[in-house]
Amino acid sequence: MQKQPPWNDPRVRGWFFQMAAVLLAAGFFFNVASNTLDNLRQLNVASGFGFLEHTAGFGISQSLIEYSEASTYGRAFLVALLNTLLVAGFGIILATVLGFVIGIARLSPNWLLSRLAGVYIEVFRNIPLLLQILFWYTAVLSNLPRPRESLQAGSFLLNNRGLYMPAPIAEAGFGYVLWAFVIAVFASLILWRYSQWRRANAGAGLPVLWCTAGLLTGLPVLVYLITGAPMHFETPELHGFNFSGGLRAMPEFLALLFALSIYTAAFIAEIVRAGIQSVNWGQNEAGLALGLRRKDVLRLIVIPQALRVIIPPLTSQFLNLTKNSSLAAALAYPELASVFAGTVLNQTGQAIEVLAITMAVYLSLSLATSFAMNLYNSRIVLVER
Amino acid sequence: MSFVRDTYLPAAPPPPPSVGALGWVGQNLFSSPGNGLLTLLGLFILWLGVPPFIEWTLLNAVWRGTGREACLVEGAGACWAFVAAKLGQFVYGRYTFEERWRVDLVFFIGALTVALLMWERLPKRYYLALFGVLVYPILAFILLTGGVFGLPVVETSLWGGLLLTFVVAAVGITVSLPLGIFLALGRRSQLPVLRLLSVVYIEVWRGVPLITVLFMASVMLPLFLPPGVNFDKLLRVLIGVTLFSAAYMAEVVRGGLQAIPRGQYEAASALGLGFWKANLLIVMPQALRMVIPSIVNTFIGLFKDTTLVMIVGLFDFLGSIQVNFSDATWAAPQTAATGYVFAALIFWIICFSMSRYSVRVERRLNEGTRRE
Amino acid sequence: MRKLLFMAPMAIYVALMTAANATTLDDIKKKGFVQCGVSQGLKGFSSPDDKGDWTGIDVDLCRAVAAAIFGDPGKVKFTPLSAKERFTALQSGEIDVLSRNTTWALSRDTALGFDFRGVTYYDGQAFMVRKSSGVKSAKDLDGATVCVLMGTSTSLTLADYFRSNNMKYEPITFEKDDEVVAAYESGRCDTYTTDSSGLYANRLTLKDPGEHMILPEIISKEPLGAVVRHGDNQWGDIVSWSLYAMINAEELKIDSKNAAGMRESDNPEIRRLLGTEGKFGEGMGLSDDWAFNIISTVGNYSEIFDRNVGKGSPLGIPRGLNALWNQGGIQYAPPIR
Repeated sequence: MQKQPPWNDPRVRGWFFQMAAVLLAAGFFFNVASNTLDNLRQLNVASGFGFLEHTAGFGISQSLIEYSEASTYGRAFLVALLNTLLVAGFGIILATVLGFVIGIARLSPNWLLSRLAGVYIEVFRNIPLLLQILFWYTAVLSNLPRPRESLQAGSFLLNNRGLYMPAPIAEAGFGYVLWAFVIAVFASLILWRYSQWRRANAGAGLPVLWCTAGLLTGLPVLVYLITGAPMHFETPELHGFNFSGGLRAMPEFLALLFALSIYTAAFIAEIVRAGIQSVNWGQNEAGLALGLRRKDVLRLIVIPQALRVIIPPLTSQFLNLTKNSSLAAALAYPELASVFAGTVLNQTGQAIEVLAITMAVYLSLSLATSFAMNLYNSRIVLVER
Repeated sequence: MSFVRDTYLPAAPPPPPSVGALGWVGQNLFSSPGNGLLTLLGLFILWLGVPPFIEWTLLNAVWRGTGREACLVEGAGACWAFVAAKLGQFVYGRYTFEERWRVDLVFFIGALTVALLMWERLPKRYYLALFGVLVYPILAFILLTGGVFGLPVVETSLWGGLLLTFVVAAVGITVSLPLGIFLALGRRSQLPVLRLLSVVYIEVWRGVPLITVLFMASVMLPLFLPPGVNFDKLLRVLIGVTLFSAAYMAEVVRGGLQAIPRGQYEAASALGLGFWKANLLIVMPQALRMVIPSIVNTFIGLFKDTTLVMIVGLFDFLGSIQVNFSDATWAAPQTAATGYVFAALIFWIICFSMSRYSVRVERRLNEGTRRE
Repeated sequence: MRKLLFMAPMAIYVALMTAANATTLDDIKKKGFVQCGVSQGLKGFSSPDDKGDWTGIDVDLCRAVAAAIFGDPGKVKFTPLSAKERFTALQSGEIDVLSRNTTWALSRDTALGFDFRGVTYYDGQAFMVRKSSGVKSAKDLDGATVCVLMGTSTSLTLADYFRSNNMKYEPITFEKDDEVVAAYESGRCDTYTTDSSGLYANRLTLKDPGEHMILPEIISKEPLGAVVRHGDNQWGDIVSWSLYAMINAEELKIDSKNAAGMRESDNPEIRRLLGTEGKFGEGMGLSDDWAFNIISTVGNYSEIFDRNVGKGSPLGIPRGLNALWNQGGIQYAPPIR
């Protein structure tokens, strides 16, 4: 037998290609790094992360934590990050609710409803998100009346400075209510466990859902009343230019929130539809044949199987929503892309550091989510024998 | 005593009709009380949304005019006169006026090629596809930039409007596909280093928002290059968009690769085909065919994402519409809404037709493999 | 393989570009034009018309630099930049000079790695409000919502002003000038703040300019000037002396119309400026008639001021601080000698 020349040996070739790839990658990064260093040295630009300790000097229109002009850039970063998480969190909740409603409506036997849901999906997912954000902001919200001519519904006010709501203000003794809530959560958990145990041993569970709902709302309300309602609402009042007091959602926040949830809901609706349709009709029939009621078939057979299909793409939609919140760079909503990769970048001039931090934040959000996703997936994946 | 009835029972009411218009309504809209309520709710939504929309876009709209006065009328709807007056800018941006025929020509050839490609019974479609992928981009590049054959140079800073949107989308789409294929192969490679590099690349790009990539391309890329080297802003944005969408494309292609049974690889090896030949001749044609719908969906996403270049200061279709809102000659309450609705309409038509196309391809692919 | 594919186009692009470690002036001479960073549209300072031709006082400075180098004010290309992009564009070498109503401030001069080259326009920050709001002074603005441009010295001054006067405010920041104006006009904000020249310019673009007024307080010093990268002094000198040539020309009463005749003047100062006496261009790597080229094609300082922002323009801003030092202002150029 003829001896194979080394360059035809797949292992040798493999090593060669890998070496080449490593060298190229290393060369590429070395080249980039040395160019960057050269450029920065030549430009005499400050570098490093020391700037995070410096005073920011600019104001931010919405912050969840204490922030003033005298705070540092690091603080501004935190404010921006929290604002990103705020809009993403609310967006995810709204988009999920809306998406599930529309996805289920799409499958409704009612012709009109299912068509309407179809139109919604096709319209909103085929229009760029940025366009939708700008539309809500420029064409809808900025046409609202001035503060003095606000639209009013009870203590809720709507004008072109935002949506004003009464703010709950806790008084002394409100802590008991919180404790009651915590106790209710634990009690529900125990109840849930007990019900499972009973189902396994005695054949029938307890009406857990109703009990939990009762516990979670009843107990805190009871304590609230016993302690003498230790909370009052602060309503917004007109002072000078603007309303003060109460809770306020900025129009920029609202525009971003609406656009993000409406856009993402269209995708979620499609995912929900596909998930429900993926469950074989035979499963339904088998469930009915076992004597389960229709709602139990849905709850115990269809939904768990549909969720297995729905959850992975759903999380990736949640991630997309979070990343898309960076489009606020086109608005004045003070989140990460606009405050940190915008104002801070501009004031410090340290583009590399600022963008590296920004990208690292989004990247770690993504990686954390996909890690959690994989854990969940490995738990629910079909175990086949 | 008789057990035989001698009188007729009163006639039972007829069953609800199951055919005809009434039958259809009964079965699809009012099959149960709950369903009836939902139908009424749907009708209510329609009544809330449709008449005002039609009034605004058509009945009360202003179609003609030379300035804001036309659109300042009390109760005026959409200000289409604004769109008509600025259409040139929306389509070409600030592209030199005398040279706009070149853009038209590029659009025309492109549209013709795509239309012919859609026509499935055209003989030798393969050559046309090759023309579309290899010759057309070069032709378009020469026509748009100029500088040869006596065509005056038109700088990219003057490009804008729909032209720029199409350029970004087309370059992103055509370059990211091959790049994505290589990344997907890398991710599925047996060689650990190649695999690691591909995985890192794909996950990093997919983990960050496009807007930060564009910021990076527009403000940082020049710092990465040797001193004195620099290139065009449009080119930088194109690089950013392409590298970004290549990562998404890679995941789509990988999905196709995973669906190819091992036997195909083994059969290819048994025939004595090497890695490249096996992939090029056996695996890729099957894998890509399978993921055409997902590829088209990625294209749609990319097309919508082109609007983001506006944030880094390029005037794409949306950007050139928005910049005209500040023109004092057209400042009227409905100008902005009209511009956005117009942009939405154009984007919607393009994206929706692409998604219809992908649905059709999907159906056709399924037909071939369905066994009953 | 993947990296190779990635590198190959990179290598091609790099090869296509003019790689050089030469001075900025050499680069400019080689490529044949000056690349000048301007605003995305601020009337009077730098704004494009429908055909893409740029006008404004900042634009004219760039044209003057081009005229000094090439004898032709047309050999300049403009890159419109947002306030946010401007510094990185200059740092990265995308532009040669930044002439974009940029305020001279210490941190920009040092930490950002720039050099400011003269003051084209002495400005100060002010507020614009609706007349109907009843506000008469900036001190009445407690609790106001303020529209401001992102990443500008304006936003910092704003913060300082409200803090030092113990007033509350809410900043709404946008990246583009027209977005700020649009937000103010839609009533999103009670007041709009920027350099007073910018307020005058942007008031013209509002639907009803008469409905708005600019408050009397000037809350900051905003010397606006051209910026170059730190380190290339020859190039910086060309930029600053292009400005000084125009100011000196006004002082010596040379303008674009009489420049050719003035070359034969007996006044040694005029002769030195116009290059008929001495070799002053040489030191900067220019021809000796550099200043003559600027004045005859672009004009002197009063000409560019009047036609862009002054009495010959819709803005109609009085000279004020920008009058010559011997006419009550502070515009003062070092002598050419």
